[in-house]
Amino acid sequence: MDELKEIHAESRPHLPRGVRLKRDEARGRWTLLAPERIFEVDDTAATVLELCDGQRDLAQIVAELAARYTAPPAVIEKDVLAMLADLKAKRVLET
Amino acid sequence: MTAHSPPPPAPPIGLLVELTHRCPLGCLYCSNPLALERPGAELDGETWKRVFSQAAALGALHVHLSGGEPTARRDIVDLTRHASQSGLYTNLITSGIGVNEKLTQELVEAGLDHAQLSFQGADKETNDRLGHYKGSWERKRAFAAHVIKAGLPLTINAVIHRANLHQVAAFIDLAVELGARRLEVAHTQYYGWALANRAALMPPKKQVDESIAIVEAARVRLKGELVIDMVVPDYYARYPKPCAGGWGRVAINVSPSGKALPCHAAESIPGLEFWNVRDHSLSDIWLSNPAFKAFRGTEWMREPCRSCERREIDWGGCRCQALALTGDARNADPACHKSPDHERIVATAMAESESGDGVLRWRSYKEKVEA
Repeated sequence: MDELKEIHAESRPHLPRGVRLKRDEARGRWTLLAPERIFEVDDTAATVLELCDGQRDLAQIVAELAARYTAPPAVIEKDVLAMLADLKAKRVLET
Repeated sequence: MTAHSPPPPAPPIGLLVELTHRCPLGCLYCSNPLALERPGAELDGETWKRVFSQAAALGALHVHLSGGEPTARRDIVDLTRHASQSGLYTNLITSGIGVNEKLTQELVEAGLDHAQLSFQGADKETNDRLGHYKGSWERKRAFAAHVIKAGLPLTINAVIHRANLHQVAAFIDLAVELGARRLEVAHTQYYGWALANRAALMPPKKQVDESIAIVEAARVRLKGELVIDMVVPDYYARYPKPCAGGWGRVAINVSPSGKALPCHAAESIPGLEFWNVRDHSLSDIWLSNPAFKAFRGTEWMREPCRSCERREIDWGGCRCQALALTGDARNADPACHKSPDHERIVATAMAESESGDGVLRWRSYKEKVEA
């Protein structure tokens, strides 16, 4: 299965029920809490995940990030797609 | 004395609360101690809530609401709500018995994040026989449906041993059919009830290897659909499992009466005094209870652990197993191939896997022994 192909510009990525993005104050980091699993996420990934609200589609998310980081959308899109596909394969993200 | 004291330990990640030892099932491998705690000794709801708040403040991220059967507590919804409001990720570990659609809805509304449902077998006959409870199959399936309907992620937990190891493929199919997002195929850990029933539970090595191959193939086939976690059986392993992620390193267990433990079987080790959450804060226990320091880190280790390159991976394995099988909790866990006792326990396992079932000790307050 190729998860990369499943996420496209109109996809509206979001965290499924049972997965939570949480600021872990005790350890000074962001975490993705899932059943029996904790994924440490860096600040950039946390920024992306905050935009994955099920309202924005991928094109909007990429555009917002490109503006925020003043980076070419194509580069942003490639990185975001890879990250989202990875999380989707781990079943902590839905599109 | 100028000996430097070790830095304070990092905060725990998970809190596992055995809210009660009451349970409708009678599993032969129950992780509760042989001496089950009586309902009258259970903490009241306010004390549990205080513990949840303290755990969140200490830095814990997950709370596992377990038992016994945690929903046997009448205040389970209230407790779940408080745990969730404290900021903890709440996981209900349940037999599914007695949890109807209304209660499931109430738990979800209270903030429950995830449910883990046990199955003792992958068909009705096997499930009801091994859970020692007729009719549990239908009740478990109904609970799974309530969870899925409520939109909550579901994990199926299947504890595996000689009597159901042939059903690994069927457990995988069951998890997919029920709509679970995750399946735990957990080979029995031989402490407590399981150790008492080891001769009846120990699987042959060949069958274990086959089960591992089935799981590995299914992981590829079901990638993105079902996550399968597997706990491999100790006795046939090359390296031991880190005890609860390392003694006093990532987890705290609390018994129904409030005893804080580094792992659920820790009370089997003599000479350790476990503080009670009635008298001490969790932070105080985590940082200062000598029982939590007893096997924390690597200072306590003897050879072959002390100089082992895996000492901070395996953390010496399981202290309770070291005690149970070698007579000394400071020895290496004999599940490790470097332990001088390893060959003896493998030989024991192999012999037991081929012997008769012996006497079965079904989990209960008043034990019924069946020949």
